[in-house]
Amino acid sequence: MAKIGLEIHCQLTNLESKLFCSCKANYREFSPNSNICPICVGLPGSLPMLNKKAVEKATMISMALNCKTPEKIAFFRKNYFYPDLPKNFQITQFDAYGTTSIGHDGKISIEGKDIRIKRIQIEEDPGRLIYEGSSEKTQITLVDYNRAGTPLVEIVTEPDFDNPKQVRLFLNILVDLLENLGVSDPTLEGALRADGNVSVEGGNKVEIKNVTSFHDLEKAIHFEITRQQSLVDRNIAVISETRQWDDRRKITISARKKEEEQDYRYFLEGDIPWIKLNSEHFEKLRKKMPENIASKRERYVEKYGITYQVADVLSSDKYYADLFEKSHNEKNAKEIANIITTDLMGLVDTREKRDISKLTHHHLTELANAIIANKISRSSAKIALQEMVRTGKSLIEIISEQDLDNVSDESMISSFIEDVLNEETDAVKEVKEKPETVNFLVGKVMKKSKGKADPSITLKILKKKLEIS
Amino acid sequence: MTLRISAKKYIEEIQNGNLTVEEFIAKTIERIQKIDSNLHAYLEINEHAVEQARLIDKKIKAKEKVGACMGMPISIKDNICVKGTKTTCASKMLEDYISPYDATAVSKLKLEDSIIIGKTNLDEFAMGLTTEFSAFGPSKNPWNTEYVPGGSSGGSAVAVSSFECIASLGSDTGGSVRNPASFCSAVGLKPTYGLISRSGLISYSNSIEQIGPITRTVEDTAFLLNIIAGIDPHDNTTIDNHNENYLNDIDYGVEGKKIGIIKEMTQEGVDKQVSAATNKAISKLEGLGAIFEEISLDMVEYSVAAYYTITATEAGSNLARYDNLRYGYDFDSEGYEFNSYISKARKKFGPEVTRRMILGGFVPSAGHVGKYFLKAMKVKSKLTAEVNEALKKVDMLISPTVPILPFRFGEKIDDPIALFLVDINTVTANLTEKPAISIPFEISGGLPIGIQLLGNSMQDKMLLQAAYALQNTVKLPEVPV
Repeated sequence: MAKIGLEIHCQLTNLESKLFCSCKANYREFSPNSNICPICVGLPGSLPMLNKKAVEKATMISMALNCKTPEKIAFFRKNYFYPDLPKNFQITQFDAYGTTSIGHDGKISIEGKDIRIKRIQIEEDPGRLIYEGSSEKTQITLVDYNRAGTPLVEIVTEPDFDNPKQVRLFLNILVDLLENLGVSDPTLEGALRADGNVSVEGGNKVEIKNVTSFHDLEKAIHFEITRQQSLVDRNIAVISETRQWDDRRKITISARKKEEEQDYRYFLEGDIPWIKLNSEHFEKLRKKMPENIASKRERYVEKYGITYQVADVLSSDKYYADLFEKSHNEKNAKEIANIITTDLMGLVDTREKRDISKLTHHHLTELANAIIANKISRSSAKIALQEMVRTGKSLIEIISEQDLDNVSDESMISSFIEDVLNEETDAVKEVKEKPETVNFLVGKVMKKSKGKADPSITLKILKKKLEIS
Repeated sequence: MTLRISAKKYIEEIQNGNLTVEEFIAKTIERIQKIDSNLHAYLEINEHAVEQARLIDKKIKAKEKVGACMGMPISIKDNICVKGTKTTCASKMLEDYISPYDATAVSKLKLEDSIIIGKTNLDEFAMGLTTEFSAFGPSKNPWNTEYVPGGSSGGSAVAVSSFECIASLGSDTGGSVRNPASFCSAVGLKPTYGLISRSGLISYSNSIEQIGPITRTVEDTAFLLNIIAGIDPHDNTTIDNHNENYLNDIDYGVEGKKIGIIKEMTQEGVDKQVSAATNKAISKLEGLGAIFEEISLDMVEYSVAAYYTITATEAGSNLARYDNLRYGYDFDSEGYEFNSYISKARKKFGPEVTRRMILGGFVPSAGHVGKYFLKAMKVKSKLTAEVNEALKKVDMLISPTVPILPFRFGEKIDDPIALFLVDINTVTANLTEKPAISIPFEISGGLPIGIQLLGNSMQDKMLLQAAYALQNTVKLPEVPV
């Protein structure tokens, strides 16, 4: 059986500024090397100024992952030379002199299995290297320091996963949790990165680096398990090493052996004094923390009688949950939940679509109330919703522009019905024998009325005309 | 008109209209041009100094608000950033580096209308205590140019003692302000760790070093401290001093003050003349009502070893950024693989820096950290505990600043260990984060001797009061240049 552990790097993208200076944490909009200052490019004489908000966000992550948090934290220097690292050391956390990183010994459950969180630490992101072509063949390597100093939280798990599927489930839950906390936007490129380590029985631990997406991580882990298992099966030793994920060939390649591992010469970062985290700090943050996903889900099920599956979808995506929270009341909650999880989902399933969507929570309230009051049919509501997302127009405007309001005038519906009964003679025969098939005819009437006929009135008249009950 | 006046006197003269800033600055530059080719205190002179002086004169004449420094010329050690000027750390590595910002201490001085007259020489990256390790040649002791001026802030001490400026800012990692102050007969203060912002001071060993003023009188040091001390949003390690006025009550005296004589710094290995001067200082202070007792600090024996271990470790990390990728000197990187590029690019470091880089890679490394670095940290904390214990019994501690007299060029440069031991009396203040001051006390055979007082954290003011009292017990000759 395989043992898998993860190291996840989460950028605190929702912060205004970098970890140690006032440059923007959102570096993505800048042209290369324009979101930099003496501190984040490590100019001589500059000193790091700790962003206290980053400590708060990291503490929240720690608490949300049920970690223990120390009474005081410290920062360390991890020393190594690399062109993307302006100071040639990274300011990070490290557990020397007791536990001094922001969290340790937490857990989250996936399908009844506990995944233990070993450690959570705050650190700075390095800059970015840009190659001409592939990294192996490049003639020129360019460095962009816009990202240097961006606040990161590293989450390290124990090797508690048995298979890649559990890894995927865990990452999904983690992404939702981080988003719900409001600390990170996982849809931003590079905001969430994960490395894995894999060992099989009779082998040694192998680290996998350079994986760019969660999807590839699953593949890489799968590849490693297969590779290591086949070595073990043939009595070949699995050596402890770090392997690179080859994005193109979808395989791992040996990068360095354990004994070649770098010595990072960790020691205390004297420019940042120890930070005491008293109970007030935790209390204050606990109050600021949003309701967690499980609690939201439970509330939706219990209070509104929404089904577990719908409540699950609704609560785990912060975008949907926020829309729901703002738009619903006790009467329309179920209807809004349905609109979001059946009709809205396809319209705003990506970040890009969400960015350009004009929909507000007011639209959802209007729409649900109109459906409940029978002013609009479900199928018309679907059309209206598309229009709301596209144009942001109010329901009243859309109804009048597109002629979407329900037809509840019985004589008008009767004329649609007459037409349908004349056209669908076979079906009429069948309905007379098997009254439960009447819905087919209701559907035809709806179609004829372009979805505007009130279905309950249609059914009533149909039954009367066909003399069925 | 004379350049041989204190900051206090300078301000009086300007205020009385006896002197214009332009006159004083022009005369200072003239003097630098005359004597500095020999002394080599400066690495660079501010070309706009006279223009800046005129502007301040204009403000004075128009009775506009003028900053407290009133145009006085202040020099800055070349490891402290001054915007738009070269900041070289006396290293080939940063030979052409121009800082895009001012160190906090510098911007505070500028705000008070001082004129930054030039950048002063030092041992490369402040590693050394003679200025012989400057990549641009040593500074010379103005009392006898065959002798070293001390270091690493040697250029600053030379400039101050030979009237090439009124005051200077140095930096003190293990004695780098106090040692040259002592060797050149100037006042040098290493304040409590965190009292002066280090923002813009190019780090060598950041957990123990401080910027410190070098002046000709204790009052002038207090005057500068009033301007540059205090909490700074650009340095997380600064302490709020509640705008303490260090000049107020500077003449408070030492009556009833208890002073401990540090046994380990006054007996073994101390030159006869230095020892005699120390005893004389003690009796002078006794005459003013201070009460003395001997204090033993066992850990002092290990302090220099601990100091070099900690500083090498931090230096190894602090100087890692000099890889010539983002700034530095002209170097064609074409065709190099990254690691070979790095080692090639970093060849510009001089011998002492290289020695400490190698040491700094070794002592905190995985196999040796317990044997060296962690032991050094233990010495640091034990020494701190000892000094804290001592300072419960006494108000301050006394010793000679340096156990020996200034020595000749070349005398010790080839023997790093012998050089290291010159630091024995100064490193304690750095390792324990305490303030310490060197006061010029005697000229023995033409060479200066300084006395060191060490006080408790944030007791910088008491230290200045005692230093003032001691200073006034002697009248020293002026520098023979």
